[in-house]
Amino acid sequence: MSAVVEFERAISVVGSFPVLTGLDLRVDQGEILHVRGENGAGKTSLLRACAGLVSVSSGNASVLGFDMRVDRRAPRRYIGLLGHENNLYRDLGVREHIEFRAASVGARASDTAAALEQVGFPQQLWTVPIGSLSAGQRRKVAIASLLVGRPQLWLLDEPHAALDTESRKNLDAILTEASTSGATIIFVSHESPGTKDIASRVVTMDGGRITEDPGAD
Amino acid sequence: MPGANSAAKMTATPVTRVLGVSALAATALMAVLGLIVSPPDVIQGEAVRMLYVHVPSIWIAYGSFALTSTSSVLFLRRSRRRADQGRHYDRLAGSAAEVGVVFTAITLITGMLWGKVTWGTYWQWDARLTTTVLLFVTYLGYLALRRLPAEPTVRSRRAAVMALISFVNVPIVHYSVDWWRTLHQKASLSVGRRPEITGEMYWTLLYSTLAVTILATWLIIHRYRVIRLEELRDEEGLEALIASRLNKDVGSH
Amino acid sequence: MLTEILLVARKDLRVERRAKIALGQVAPLALLILMVFAFALDANTSLLERGAGGLYWLAVLYGGTLLIQRSFDVETDDGNMDALRMSAIGMPSLFLGKALALFVQITVLQLILGPGILLLYNVGVVDWALLFAAAIAGTLAFSVCGVLWGVMSAGLRVRATLLPLLLVPVLAPVLLAGSRAFETALGVRAGAGWTWAGLMFVIAAVHTALGLGAFGFLLEEG
Repeated sequence: MSAVVEFERAISVVGSFPVLTGLDLRVDQGEILHVRGENGAGKTSLLRACAGLVSVSSGNASVLGFDMRVDRRAPRRYIGLLGHENNLYRDLGVREHIEFRAASVGARASDTAAALEQVGFPQQLWTVPIGSLSAGQRRKVAIASLLVGRPQLWLLDEPHAALDTESRKNLDAILTEASTSGATIIFVSHESPGTKDIASRVVTMDGGRITEDPGAD
Repeated sequence: MPGANSAAKMTATPVTRVLGVSALAATALMAVLGLIVSPPDVIQGEAVRMLYVHVPSIWIAYGSFALTSTSSVLFLRRSRRRADQGRHYDRLAGSAAEVGVVFTAITLITGMLWGKVTWGTYWQWDARLTTTVLLFVTYLGYLALRRLPAEPTVRSRRAAVMALISFVNVPIVHYSVDWWRTLHQKASLSVGRRPEITGEMYWTLLYSTLAVTILATWLIIHRYRVIRLEELRDEEGLEALIASRLNKDVGSH
Repeated sequence: MLTEILLVARKDLRVERRAKIALGQVAPLALLILMVFAFALDANTSLLERGAGGLYWLAVLYGGTLLIQRSFDVETDDGNMDALRMSAIGMPSLFLGKALALFVQITVLQLILGPGILLLYNVGVVDWALLFAAAIAGTLAFSVCGVLWGVMSAGLRVRATLLPLLLVPVLAPVLLAGSRAFETALGVRAGAGWTWAGLMFVIAAVHTALGLGAFGFLLEEG
């Protein structure tokens, strides 16, 4: 198994706050990693560091084979990041939005319909402006926006939030399928997702470090 | 405590003490030369003494802004790979800009006073005066950008780019304003004949330039130190934070 | 690269088509500014006629600043900037795409303001070619400077006040050149209108070069 994410004693500072304080983590291809921890434990920062949005100032960090301390932009196009925010243009129609996201990562706009169907988004709302959707529906659009880009690494921040039980199950199915076809998934939530945990490994973060990792040697 | 030691070193070294004393002495001598020793001008009378402040100030202002731009370029080059590199260039850019803004203000004030004496009005839409005002506002904007509560690396990078663009803009602004005044208004007011600068006046002006340069250098060094100390204070807080996060970690296991 | 530029521009224009900020709010406001100038000058016809060029560009500056702000508010809203950073779109394409969308919007604004000064200030056009060349050059300069300074102040809480403070000194030569070129085109003042228009093209070119080099630095964080 090749490592998709490898962090060694990684330290990250945002503003004047240390968000990662010597973090060690290795995630192999095809894994579904669930990162748990209290608010402020550094879970979101870990995702942003994996995405190259937060720089690692000391220690080692590599993602998808790219050394993040040399060029943290390089792996981005292979990564799908879903943060707290949905990254949606509220004035665009649902379909327009996903077509834009698809084109912006070099994917085919023709996959839009398939992605929307996969997340179970009702077809009669495809042309509705995003601003008029409910929170749960927006989350689905955001997930479809990621799906259409077929990322090799999924970074999800509380992906189940705002979704109902049915949609959560649906999301879990999507993630499991992605991992079977070779994608790697890291998701963060401070609680159990409410459905049967699909994770192949669960680690716990506290104070900017991994404190419990069954995979660590 | 090593931190306190290095901090003390940063506010006083023999070299800067000498520089500080020389700046003080040089400025005092400049006052004597400019106000007493040098003669009044044949045409402009006593007002010509303003020259000894006005001319060196604008020279320092332009020099400081050039320093800001050079440091900004170096900062961008150094921090390209690693966000935590090249901080000293960023500090230098900031302190030079602050000193530049102060001397631009002095230039404007003396320029306007001089205008009142020679043109009979404080403000004349003279190309140089107008350009200088725009320059002043531009760098006020630069300092405003530097002061914003944002992530230090983001803020420094934005400020550096802005310093660069602003400097490229100086000739454009100057050229267009100059052109605007000369192209349409064929010198409605003669723009104050430059006094003949000879003898004592010449030497006084030359000396004033030297004195003000020493003063500005000293000011820039001290502003640099204050900025560095502020950063040190933040960094010490940061180390304490990391330590407390780690301790909490150890404690909970 | 052209595909990417058009992709970004089309996205911005689609947002605008749905939200109708430029057409529905900024343009009427700019027209209102033209009216208020007439109040300030006590509807003095000769003064308004002579100042028409300058007042026009002031109204464009006012409306343009709002459009620039809007262009980046759309990106900072709901973390969209992160998605742009994560995308495969090159920084130069992003810069040019956003500039293109602004160019179109500011052009629309001027299509409303242009007839505005002709009607309200009672001026006639003596040189249509110069008028259009100056308008295009000025709009180009506005758009590229706008994107450059827009991203500079994007995401900051004080952006509403910071953007104009940073933008106006940079655009001062454009305002000057635009006013002079328009005065010549409107036959108010004989002068080197074409040279002024040329100056605006040069300013636009310089800032495009700067923007292409610097945009990546400005967009990145951390």
